[in-house]
Amino acid sequence: MFETLGDRLQNALHKIKGYGKITEDNISDMMREIRLALLEADVNYKVVKEFTNTVKEKALGEEVASSINPGDMFVKIVKDELTELLGGESKPLNLDGDPAILMLVGLQGSGKTTTAGKLANYLRKKCGKKPLLVAGDVYRPAAIDQLKQLGKQLNIEVYEEGKNNPVEIAHNAIEYAKENNYDYVIIDTAGRLHVDEELMDELKNIRKEVNPQEILLVLDAMMGQDAINVITGFNDQLPLTGVILTKLDGDTRGGVALSVRHLTNVPIKFIGVSEKLDGLDSFDPERMAGRILGMGDIVSLVEKATDAIDEKEAEKTADKMMKGKFDLEDFLSTMKQIRKLGPLENLIKLIPGAKKMGLNNIKIDPKQMAHVEAIVLSMTPSERKHPEIIKASRKTRIAKGSGTSVQEVNKLLQQFDEMKKMMKQMSNGNFKMPF
Amino acid sequence: MGFFNKIKNIFKGENISSNIDGKNEEKSKKTAIYEKGLTKSRKGFVSKLADLTNKYSKITDEYFDELEEILIMADIGVNTVMKFMERLRDRVRHENITDPKDLKEIIVDELFIIYVNDEVLSNKIKINKNGPTVVLFVGVNGVGKTTTIAKLANKFKDQGKKVLLIGADTFRAGAVEQLQEWSDRLDTGFYGKENSDPASVVFDGLDVAIRENYDMVFIDTAGRLQNKVNLMKELEKINKVIDRQIPGGPQETLLVIDATTGQNGISQAKAFKEITNITGIVLTKLDGTAKGGIVLAIKEEVGIPVKYIGLGETKDDLQEFDIENYIYGLFKDMM
Repeated sequence: MFETLGDRLQNALHKIKGYGKITEDNISDMMREIRLALLEADVNYKVVKEFTNTVKEKALGEEVASSINPGDMFVKIVKDELTELLGGESKPLNLDGDPAILMLVGLQGSGKTTTAGKLANYLRKKCGKKPLLVAGDVYRPAAIDQLKQLGKQLNIEVYEEGKNNPVEIAHNAIEYAKENNYDYVIIDTAGRLHVDEELMDELKNIRKEVNPQEILLVLDAMMGQDAINVITGFNDQLPLTGVILTKLDGDTRGGVALSVRHLTNVPIKFIGVSEKLDGLDSFDPERMAGRILGMGDIVSLVEKATDAIDEKEAEKTADKMMKGKFDLEDFLSTMKQIRKLGPLENLIKLIPGAKKMGLNNIKIDPKQMAHVEAIVLSMTPSERKHPEIIKASRKTRIAKGSGTSVQEVNKLLQQFDEMKKMMKQMSNGNFKMPF
Repeated sequence: MGFFNKIKNIFKGENISSNIDGKNEEKSKKTAIYEKGLTKSRKGFVSKLADLTNKYSKITDEYFDELEEILIMADIGVNTVMKFMERLRDRVRHENITDPKDLKEIIVDELFIIYVNDEVLSNKIKINKNGPTVVLFVGVNGVGKTTTIAKLANKFKDQGKKVLLIGADTFRAGAVEQLQEWSDRLDTGFYGKENSDPASVVFDGLDVAIRENYDMVFIDTAGRLQNKVNLMKELEKINKVIDRQIPGGPQETLLVIDATTGQNGISQAKAFKEITNITGIVLTKLDGTAKGGIVLAIKEEVGIPVKYIGLGETKDDLQEFDIENYIYGLFKDMM
């Protein structure tokens, strides 16, 4: 995959070394690297141009302090600038309406229907009120079925009239919501091209008919340079109140976020981060800036960890590690905690500098972890406390019990041994963490 | 004769022999469909390129900058564009080209070379002589896999083939119904089961295909982001099941890519190619304003050619990919 901006800048740095200041001359290689990094993240070409000019102005004349790495300083300038651009004023959803009406629009396949389900779930959870989903995609085969199934999973009602006229459906749905005391109405619409006049007129008519508080553009985060046409195309015809970026659980950099903010001033309100129905997060400009630059996201990592890890348990383990008393019982509980964090490769990617350490392409098989767990679970408590007593016949029993082989048991014991040695070094202060 | 002249002649009909046979007629029909579908894509790109050649009377740095912008705006990968620009600059220097008009031809030529790379590319589906021909469709979420299957099924059905659609996207709500509805509309065979293991659905579906002597089997799979290890493993399993039921199968594995996709398209192509033997790409949604230029980068960096392009939502909107037509479609107004 792509190099991070940090790595790229390191390569361009030799030119700047030895100079006391960042000047027009010695900056050009760095600017080129920044430009390429942003283009590889799919940031719009024009936005990149303006952005690099701004960064250049800010950086020119900055002292290259001898104590800090000028590359790092440069990255900081870029990231701060990017965060500012992405941020701006954040606006919460406008839910003043009885019912509040939210309409989802976008291209085919951007994820409107799934997002509608997620949004309904989010609103119910967050505000404790009653949402109604409206099936307004009457064109794509089985789109109504899809929404109905999501509604069933979430236990949220779906209003549908089959393949009736979407404007009428929207109108009737609002009437229905009023009669039955729904607080929010979320209207799913068919995917359409922004250049399809007929279908765009349909959206305008729905808007006129129901006058929604929110018109949200659902946008695929993997979009390339055409995003600008789509965003402005929709925004010119419908006054968008927000954008929801989907599929950010992929490995896309999502530079489209920058184009959205820069070109339309429409705020990004949510991001889609998984296929599950609770996979909707609020948008965080700083994290997005880090992602666009490929810088990793230590904040997310820490948050995830604090969400999932039982602090007391962790402290106990850490204490044991330091004292060299870490046994397989602790190993098991640590592993269980780590498992709660979700797929490990996602976590590793969040570590800044993961690429430099060659960790970015690591693939971890969750099955392998399950095997390890099975092996430890097949040991007796005393074996877990004193792994050194495990000899041949015990090994055979453990392998049988866990459905693995003696080799795998051996491998685990060996790795555990090495781990213990490493911990000892760490507590002696001889070990430097790689980051 | 340069490629540019060649296609110019093809499309202006200057070089077409006087006895117009069916083949030529068919060819110009195809070209017309391409033109229609690509009109919106082309508008931005070509008018910009035309502007560029009118604006500059000499080849300058600004000229190159602007050309680079046009290519990047078409989503032709950043690396590919940078290399392309380097080659172009070299040629301009060596061949002493000063007039931007002369450069137009070279630009088209070079793009063609990037794509073709001295290979013989076929956009035909490999047919299995010893039983059903199995085509597996893979891709990330929302690219248009199910719709593409419907279009391709329609094509083969028109050729008199007996077609079976297998709905193995057991994950997304409503996906199996979506395919089934298409199958009803097109009157093809269908096999699918919701909420079950996709590999077992494929296994049972292929049983049906063998038993009932189907010619073509199209398998729909769940959209999966290429960095999800478990989902990619599932694909591996599906592949194994196919090979067990139909030795040598699947005959084709098509990666469906949305024309609006940016640089991530390269990562998609690489990751899917690692897991399955991708034999071609279907580039969908080219009827919008997106140019889908990322396929040039994918061909250059990952070596996968495009087989079909999707130009709309109806069952007839699928065309065999033809690089000459594609480039022509983007550059038409320049000629």
